[in-house]
Amino acid sequence: MTPIITVENLTKKFGSITAVDGISFEVREGTIFGFLGPNGAGKTTTINILCTLLSPTSGNAAIDGHDCMKESSEVRKNIGIVFQDNTLDKELTAYENLLFHSYLYNVPKNERKKRINDALNFVGLYERKDEPVKRFSGGMKRRLEVARSIIHQPKVLFLDEPTLGLDPQSRTNLWEFISELPKKHDVTIFMTTHYMEEAEICDKIAIIDKGKIIAQGSPEELKKMVGGDVIYLKTRNNVAAIDVIKTSLNLDAEEKNGEIFISVSKGDACIPKLINTLADAVVSVRLQRPTLNDVFLKLTGKAMRPEAVSGGDELKESIRSYRKKFDRG
Amino acid sequence: MKSDMNAIYVIVAREFIKFVRERGRLISTLARPLLWLFLVGGGMSKMVSPDMGMPYMQFIFPGIIGMTILFSSIFSSISIIWDKEFGFMKEMLVAPVSRFSIVIGKALSGTMVSTFQALIIVLLFPVIGLRLGIDQIILILCISAMLSFCLASLGILIAVFYENLESFSVIMNFIIMPMFFLSGAMYPVKLLPHVLGFLTKINPLTYGIDALKYMIFPEKKLLTHDFPLSLDVAAIVISSIVFVIIAAMVFERKK
Ligand SMILES: Nc1ncnc2c1ncn2[C@@H]1O[C@H](COP(=O)(O)OP(=O)(O)O)[C@@H](O)[C@H]1O
Ligand SMILES: [Mg+2]
Repeated sequence: MTPIITVENLTKKFGSITAVDGISFEVREGTIFGFLGPNGAGKTTTINILCTLLSPTSGNAAIDGHDCMKESSEVRKNIGIVFQDNTLDKELTAYENLLFHSYLYNVPKNERKKRINDALNFVGLYERKDEPVKRFSGGMKRRLEVARSIIHQPKVLFLDEPTLGLDPQSRTNLWEFISELPKKHDVTIFMTTHYMEEAEICDKIAIIDKGKIIAQGSPEELKKMVGGDVIYLKTRNNVAAIDVIKTSLNLDAEEKNGEIFISVSKGDACIPKLINTLADAVVSVRLQRPTLNDVFLKLTGKAMRPEAVSGGDELKESIRSYRKKFDRG
Repeated sequence: MKSDMNAIYVIVAREFIKFVRERGRLISTLARPLLWLFLVGGGMSKMVSPDMGMPYMQFIFPGIIGMTILFSSIFSSISIIWDKEFGFMKEMLVAPVSRFSIVIGKALSGTMVSTFQALIIVLLFPVIGLRLGIDQIILILCISAMLSFCLASLGILIAVFYENLESFSVIMNFIIMPMFFLSGAMYPVKLLPHVLGFLTKINPLTYGIDALKYMIFPEKKLLTHDFPLSLDVAAIVISSIVFVIIAAMVFERKK
């Protein structure tokens, strides 16, 4: 099967800054592909190139066989986007926002109403469709943007940090809608995030740092790079237990701070065996699985800090306040 | 083609809804011309000699209509800069619609809003002692709409060149204000020395205000209009076309 997104050696320079540095990847149809990386890694720049807003300095990008530079209008028909910054019109109602979108994408007149109402129902905002968007919470606005992005039935949906700035409950809530999208709406998802937990649900992840892809694979594959699971075990007699684990289960075990520390590849499958073998001697057991953060730490030597604000965001903040001043006269 | 018509419709309809809902914006943009008309016009009336055939406040009336249109059209178009950065324009730019239709839609939105504001100022004519017939008012509105389209297109052109808001005060001080002063709004163009006279002649607002003078003072020919009406109309139409085409081309290419 040919991939729905193909990117080869893509590079984008802004003056002396190389925002995207020779990246290549493919996304298969009907999957969720995640771009994981800290602020300033080049995630938004990559999305802007794929959705025809920016032209790359070099390299190729294609969506559904259409070149993102040369056949931009074909590409635009086939994609939907939820930008990192909200692009809803706050003075307009939820319904009006979606209605205007359906005009722009030439949704047939007799289908407009149904598609808008279905999308609003899908994200649970049907009851509030006639309210101006400025009264919506951050989570509702995000959901409305997701609803808007699927009205024209795109083949590929881009979500740029869809849960940024949302409280944990809205994040979980939005996340449920997003994970249902590929099956319910027959769409491929390309999303970026710097939250590790969100990347877990992707079928495939590319970890990007300073414009370069430093690792690609399924979440499981990536975690294998930092080694397998670790089981911590407390027993009545650690020395005796280690002996049993080594001889009868053939596993490597060591004592650390009063706990037995066992490295295994599949921790969840191993725990029942341990308990069966050691029986009553077990006092407590816990399983530690590697996280994507461990992967990032191992590859770059630094942890990802989601709360860091990039320079770009600060600039936008200052422009926003400038604009407010101007609007008032 | 269909989606281009839809795009124009969406941009104009959106502007219309916002205009109706944000009444504060109307009041704040009308404040400037009203201040000029009554404070500057009223004050100068006492100083300027009456041999120009009318009170100064009446003389600058076409200029104040032109000012209303100038500020309103250019501000309406310059909103592209922040719409591009923060909102709706991004949604337009990824939609399968041509950049040309975005330019036309935006210019028509500016035309709608500015013409309406011009109408409000025009209706003040009895307050300053002028007499206008309904036919004159209709002609004034036609000229206002053409001038609005022209200046809104110029605003779009400025917006596609100046990408960020830092340059806003530059636009204000070096484009908008000089355009106003070098337009014949405050004094007849004939009275200006050479270089300034040349600058007024390449300013589309000059021709708009000149045409408005024709409509407002049909019988007083002495110090009012400077050019034939046909030249005024031609200058507005041709510069509109040029602005729209260049703006669409730059918009298309810029990525
Ligand atoms: N329009 C631009 N002009 C100059 N530099 C830019 C521009 N857009 C992004 N950058 C720079 O490119 C780098 C990558 O930015 P971005 O793609 O927004 O990162 P991310 O989305 O991963 O946080 C950053 O260093 C950013 O400052
Ligand atoms: Mg980003």
